[in-house]
Formats: sequence, structure tokens, C-alpha cells
Amino acid sequence: MLHIVNKSPLDRPSLDTCLATAQPGGALLLIEDGVYAATTGNAAAGKLTQAMGQLKVYALQADMEARGVADRVLDGVTPVDYGGFVDLVTEHTTCQSWL
Amino acid sequence: MAIEINGKSYETDEEGYLVDLNEWNEDVAKILAEQENVNMTDQHWEVVNFLREYYNEFQIAPAVRVLTKAIGKKLGADKGNSQYLYELFPYGPAKQACKIAGLPKPTGCV
Amino acid sequence: MSEGQIKKFMYVNRKAPHGTIYALESLEVVLIAAAFDQDVSLAFMDDGVYQLKKGFNTKGIEVKNFQPTYRALDDYDVNKLYVEKEALEARGLTAEDMVVPVEIMSRAEIGKLMETQDIVLSF
Repeated sequence: MLHIVNKSPLDRPSLDTCLATAQPGGALLLIEDGVYAATTGNAAAGKLTQAMGQLKVYALQADMEARGVADRVLDGVTPVDYGGFVDLVTEHTTCQSWL
Repeated sequence: MAIEINGKSYETDEEGYLVDLNEWNEDVAKILAEQENVNMTDQHWEVVNFLREYYNEFQIAPAVRVLTKAIGKKLGADKGNSQYLYELFPYGPAKQACKIAGLPKPTGCV
Repeated sequence: MSEGQIKKFMYVNRKAPHGTIYALESLEVVLIAAAFDQDVSLAFMDDGVYQLKKGFNTKGIEVKNFQPTYRALDDYDVNKLYVEKEALEARGLTAEDMVVPVEIMSRAEIGKLMETQDIVLSF
């Protein structure tokens, strides 16, 4: 299934709960303030990298650009545009947004 | 509300400010100036163009105190004072000049 | 407030930009209040430091890019900007990532400054 996180990992526990809940083989899409987790040097970068063994991780390009962090994306994160966002939603039968 | 020029319509808000600043051109400015009873001279254009440049750079219409100071820096002390600016725009340089420049109402305009 | 009486105002910014409206609201209040000639300082803590991260391009999310406006703060005589050291470190950021000149301080130092204020506004 697809997991979506839109909160900063240093402001809310949404990413932590998501990573602890998500089962191997799923996908994680980071949007809005959630994209900060996918930036180099962020305190959450380590656990996100660790999760990549089990989850495919995507981040919305427009949200990274808006925050000035598009040039510091963590290795292993796949940037997607809005079309890619829609594709991810349709490719997965279920979707959980960790609001 | 809207302004009509040669069949093209330019939308304005309830206070007469241009809704989309990208639609601005000198013809629109002249109509907006007429509505404010301002007769545009070179000195008026100088202030209006200054405001547009300031907005481009900082994404904000400056408060009158800031405008005065910034104009003084750019155009000289004889123009960077509120008396000069109020002579050009009697109902408030920030408010009237911003409107003519197609900018939103200045933040901090009291 | 009576004329001639200068008070110390501190705006405490702790939210990332765009995800909530706090960053933009704070900036607008600062600019409006600057007309009153008070002693103003801005503190950026936690995710608030992201407000000053250089290089916003908001075309894709179709919201106004308010980052250039931080560079106008100096025109408004707002030039005391304090950024939390621990927050920068937790986000892999340094002073060079900031869009305007700032003073980097520890949480404890910001805490002490906060104690000296007449008014603290939280965003």
C-alpha cells in the first residue's frame, strides 16, 4: 500500500508512526512539510534511509522546490511530479495519509 | 469591478486595486491615475516605477516610511521626504502610488 | 500604547513555511507592527529555521513566494534576527543557508533574551 506523510519529521511523530506501521513492499510518498525528512543532514534522514530497504520512497518535487531543498535530496529518494503522485495513488489499492 | 481599455477588461478589487499585477501596463496606470485624480508627470512615473521595482525585488508594497527612505536612497534626498511624495500623491503616496503601479494595498498601510 | 514608549517585542517563529500559514502571518504582523517604531527582534526556532532556507521556488505549488520579503526587513529597521543553533544542526543547515544575515544562538541564549522582552508573540 501507499503511505503519505505531509508533516515535518521534527515537528510531529507522523513519520515515526508511519515507518513503524508500514509493511515491507509498500511505498512512502513525502509531500508538503514531509519532504524535509528526505533532505541530507536532517535528523530523520538516517531512519528514512534505513526504511528504504523495505519501502520505496518518493518525494514531491514541487514541495521540495518551494522549500529550497530540491538540491539536497537524500540518495535513494525518487522525486515525483503531480502526475507521478496520481500514478502512485492509482498503482496502489489502498492509501494511508498520516495527517 | 473592472477597467475597460480597447475592449480588454482588467479586473480590480472593491477598493479599485488591480487584481493581477501582471496585467499592468501604462494605459492601465493612466486610468487608475484618473480615478485617483492624479495627473501623471515624469515625477509621478518615477515613483510608480520605483514601486514596481521594489515589489519585484521584495514581493511587497512598502509602507510609506520605508518608501520615503528607499526613494531618498535611490533618487536623492530632495525626493525622499514625505512632503514631496504627498505633493505628488495627496491622498497618501503608498496608497495612491501603489494603486497606480498595479500593486496590492501596502502591508502596514494604516 | 502611549507615544514615545518603546517596548521590546519578540516574534518567535517555530513552523516550517508553506505547510501552515504561520510563517507568512508572522511576517505580515512584523511588517505592520514595524510602523510603530518598537524594539523588534525575530527568533527562529525548531522548523522555523526553514523559513529562512535560501532558494524557495513556489511556482510548482502555486502560492506566493514570500521569501524575498525577508530581505526587506532591514528597510523596516527590523534587523535583529536570531536563529537557533540546535535547530540548524538537526536539519543539516548552516549560516550560509540563510537568506538574510542572522545571529546564531543556542536555545539557552534565546531563552535568556526571551526573558528580557516586554511582549512575546508566538507563531
